[in-house]
Amino acid sequence: MCGIAGLIHRGKSSNVGHELQGMLQALKHRGEDSTGYALYGDTDGKNFIMRFKVGENVGEGSTSVAEDVSVYDERKKIVDSYLAEMGAKIIKEERILPYSLRYEIEYNKKDLLEFSQKIESIPGVEILSMGKSLEVIKDLGNAKMVCDRYNLDKLVGTHAIGHARMATESGVDIKSAHPFWGYPFSDVSVVHNGQLTNYWNNRRALENKGMRFMSECDSELIAVYLAEKMRDGASLEEGMKESLTGLDGVFTYFVATKDSLGMAKDTMAAKPLVLYESDDLVAMGSEEIAIRSILPQEIDTYDPFDGEVKVWQI
Amino acid sequence: MANLKNVTKKTKAQAMGLHSEVLTGRTQQKFFNPDEAENFYYFGTYDVDFNKRTDLDVKNMTAAEANKELDNLMSQGYGTIVIKNPQGKHSLGVGILNKLNLIFEGSLGYFGMGSSDGPIVRINGRVGWSCAENLMAGKVVIEKNAGSCFGAAIRGGDLICKGSVGARTGIDMKGGTIIIGGDAGAFTGFMMQRGRIIILGDVGINLGDSMYDGTIFVGGEIGSYGSDAVDSELTQSDQDWLRRKLRVAEIGENFDVSKMKKIVAGKKLWNYDNLEPAEKKGAI
Repeated sequence: MCGIAGLIHRGKSSNVGHELQGMLQALKHRGEDSTGYALYGDTDGKNFIMRFKVGENVGEGSTSVAEDVSVYDERKKIVDSYLAEMGAKIIKEERILPYSLRYEIEYNKKDLLEFSQKIESIPGVEILSMGKSLEVIKDLGNAKMVCDRYNLDKLVGTHAIGHARMATESGVDIKSAHPFWGYPFSDVSVVHNGQLTNYWNNRRALENKGMRFMSECDSELIAVYLAEKMRDGASLEEGMKESLTGLDGVFTYFVATKDSLGMAKDTMAAKPLVLYESDDLVAMGSEEIAIRSILPQEIDTYDPFDGEVKVWQI
Repeated sequence: MANLKNVTKKTKAQAMGLHSEVLTGRTQQKFFNPDEAENFYYFGTYDVDFNKRTDLDVKNMTAAEANKELDNLMSQGYGTIVIKNPQGKHSLGVGILNKLNLIFEGSLGYFGMGSSDGPIVRINGRVGWSCAENLMAGKVVIEKNAGSCFGAAIRGGDLICKGSVGARTGIDMKGGTIIIGGDAGAFTGFMMQRGRIIILGDVGINLGDSMYDGTIFVGGEIGSYGSDAVDSELTQSDQDWLRRKLRVAEIGENFDVSKMKKIVAGKKLWNYDNLEPAEKKGAI
């Protein structure tokens, strides 16, 4: 089933980590195999923030195979050596969990494709996000568990999207969890509720064009699809509009960039979405109770219609 | 139809083909109990006094707790109940089978007022997916917008949304009337079998797709027609009915019904025209 939620503050920052946690926790009955956050924090915009994993969570419910922590250590060492090789300087390093790390990196090249390919050439290593504002945090469990595990409650920023997952077509693991980074574009992330029925056809075509897939989760296709459109010069909104016919199946998805948040709904309107819009805040979720978790007062909300695409700026 | 004069009370329900197995301990057994057929009361309904009024704040209750308390208030004879702070909770007000004036001061989540038969409900907010699903009788008025599957499979009663509604409004409906003051989404009237849908605004693609029967009236633009849906002539009788219905619904006061489009099923399917449970009940 899955649940998605997103919010964007226009003209100001807020405690988006706490707000998104509340929204996703309200949707936990839609799935708590894994939960993911894409948070756009307030930064000085100088350095990249790279969230990456060197292994999987092999806790309860996981479909991953257990590995020794020494394997994680070895992978981390290789990542560090590759970064040095590419001229990327680690400014700050946090090892939040044995398998999950956050680096602040000084890196001056704009093209992240070569950078990402090099890092992900290490078996078992995946970049969850790379950007100057975006941080993707995803792990097994419900929103509260993931928030507590990664100390997201106090993160301040302008906008965020998140996902509560009920695994249906791929494993219970971090690599299949949402949000998906719009590899190799910095600060692009996607969450999706639904099923895509032309996943393999699209995947084969995109892989032939040099795009990369890390999981077998159909939702990853949306991130890769939009990334490919943007690589070819389309704007985010243009790419989203093309996706209404390019992607087959049922879907409601959110996509976020450094300064915008967008939603798209398939032409059958088969997946739910409730939207609240005011001058200074847009909040949306699979169910109204997600919005109510941050706006308990009486508000006007509505369901976007079939085939609708909307994009808001901060 | 079975000859009910020549069967005993014990076997009357079975003779009507309602069921043949013994449903020990289930409400259906009591629902179709021939003894109850004399007064048409459901099991678990209450005689309430509309002049007896109370408020119920459900802010800190789960949906189950709120519905249980609502049932408790009805059992005490309260006929007018105001629900405070529903805050988008799912499944509020479901399964009310007696007369009741019910007012929600706020919005409901999914399945609000589902499977009800008889209450008069006003919701001063928005409703989520599948509002009033399987409504048998009564009136539900929503002051703001509604989500998808609005009035799914209703069999009777009036369902009124003063704002706009999502996709698949009136899907599989088998009777009753749905009135929309604003716009409606795709697949409105999908697989509808009976009843009427009135939309004063625009409607999305695939209107009336796979409809068996029933009538859809549209005041605005139509995105596209679904398979089996065709235009029909709007008669004077239709217009009179529309004016009366809109007046009673307190919606579209000065709306020019003479310009509305009438959409019906383009082909007739055989062997779907069986009696509904409500009609069977009435025939007892």
